[in-house]
Amino acid sequence: MFFESLLNAIPGGIALGLIWAILALGVYITYRLLDFADLTVDGSLATGGCVAIVLTVEGINPILAMIVAFFAGAAAGVVTALLNTKLKIPAILSGILTMSALYSVNKRILGGRANVSSAAAETLVGRVANLLNMDYRGLDKNLISIMICIVILAILVGFLYWFFGTEKGSAIRATGNNKVMATAQGINTDRCKIIALALSNGLAALSGAMISQHNFSADVNMASGTIVIGLASIVIGELIFGEKLSFWIKLVGVIVGSLIYRLIFVVAVQLGLKTDDLKLIASIIIVIALCLPTIKNKIFALKSKGGKANAGA
Amino acid sequence: MLELSNVHVVFNKGTVNEKHALKGVNLTINQGDFVTVIGGNGAGKSTMLNSIAGAFSIESGSIKLDGVEISKLPDYKRASFISRVFQDPLIGTAGNMSIEENLALAARRGKRRTLKWYTNNEEREYFKALLAEFDLGLEDRMMQKVGTLSGGQRQAITLLMASLASPKLLLLDEHTAALDPKTALKVLNVTKKIAGQNNLTVLMITHNMSDAIAYGNKLIMMNEGNIVFTSEGEEKKELTIPFLMDKFERTVGEKLGGDKMLLG
Repeated sequence: MFFESLLNAIPGGIALGLIWAILALGVYITYRLLDFADLTVDGSLATGGCVAIVLTVEGINPILAMIVAFFAGAAAGVVTALLNTKLKIPAILSGILTMSALYSVNKRILGGRANVSSAAAETLVGRVANLLNMDYRGLDKNLISIMICIVILAILVGFLYWFFGTEKGSAIRATGNNKVMATAQGINTDRCKIIALALSNGLAALSGAMISQHNFSADVNMASGTIVIGLASIVIGELIFGEKLSFWIKLVGVIVGSLIYRLIFVVAVQLGLKTDDLKLIASIIIVIALCLPTIKNKIFALKSKGGKANAGA
Repeated sequence: MLELSNVHVVFNKGTVNEKHALKGVNLTINQGDFVTVIGGNGAGKSTMLNSIAGAFSIESGSIKLDGVEISKLPDYKRASFISRVFQDPLIGTAGNMSIEENLALAARRGKRRTLKWYTNNEEREYFKALLAEFDLGLEDRMMQKVGTLSGGQRQAITLLMASLASPKLLLLDEHTAALDPKTALKVLNVTKKIAGQNNLTVLMITHNMSDAIAYGNKLIMMNEGNIVFTSEGEEKKELTIPFLMDKFERTVGEKLGGDKMLLG
């Protein structure tokens, strides 16, 4: 009975894992490459969802709706970057300010409503289902979302690998790694931050747009806790894949991290946890992952201390 | 080629911590000059270098490079013609990036960064040859992360990077102070070689008086935000440490530096 319901829940978990992996790639850009703790995603993901669903309801092609959603998220990222670089507001506060403001913006996008639903057949998932003669209800829906996400993620990994290997991309990485060095090499670090935050929040919004196409609806609250989910995916991926790897494998690691995080959650729910416990689990996973190096060092120090004591005796 | 006239720098203006760090500095350097800068702590040596590089804006005065006023340009734009090496070996390079990536970033100093791949085979060969020339044993480790190298190696790479993209002016802020004496000497030799080969104009701050005498064709001594002594050409070659110590004591009225400068 338990395993049967677990098996039934897994395709949905995989679909959500891949959808949220788009967000995780975005967070990776700011958190790992730019070294900028950006909380804007807690608003921009919902912005993407709201923009995409409203445009879908209006009858606009859902692919176009998702592209527009990407740019709406990118604009939010630019706002955060400008607050930080031009007005010198600290990174975290800049993100919080934009994120908070986005709640009002998102509500306006939804026309004052807390959530908006679209006719399933009008969404990307519905249209692909019709194209392939599949049923967008039930299990097929997850399968379709999985296929769409695999295509999106393959394009994204290829794009990010290329972009961060270009002259411009490596200037962004240098900005995140050592700002003084980057400036001394003539890099406009402000512009690098703007580009990276735009890209990151664009991806968060794209992820939100895909969620709206998968759920056939968007909600102003859909993005709360987004940053924690993104970070959890990154640290799980790094735990599994290690760190000394080529860049594209690191990106795949982030995707795998997002999948595993979602599957941990699926199992936890089957074991009786509530969906509302998701964020608690995410926080615990991140705390464990972040304090592992400290714990390792402590154990190492204790061991070598013991060794010395023995040698002394 | 570089001309500072009446440059004033004030930190924390209008607060209780206000500090008048540069008090009307005048300095002219010619193309190809190698100038060493000495002075006690808080004399304004680093402040002068940083104001030339653009780390902060000056209160008043002018800074001209080849006749062009640069004091209003942001630091990253000044980097097109001014390159720098810092005291801390960790600051000059990006530790998470490879030797090759660091060199490629420096080779594009002052150029538009495009969507082309960060380097190419021709450039790789050039970097390899450069590294081989300086005998650091790094030419076959181009893909290694700079963070895994020693302080001396990182500083030598920073110097190489500073010499790329033909800068007009090279600023060295006690760039050997954090290194052990043997490595410091090696890095100084690399400095001399790079400056000579590229006919660079150099401004080098040092805590080490004998280095200040041994290197370069011009020496300036700073105190309390101003230049208090200048020596160049044949006269500079005749300088001795006791003479400089004496000079400092008489102009400033206190002993210079202490043991570190004497022993160096």
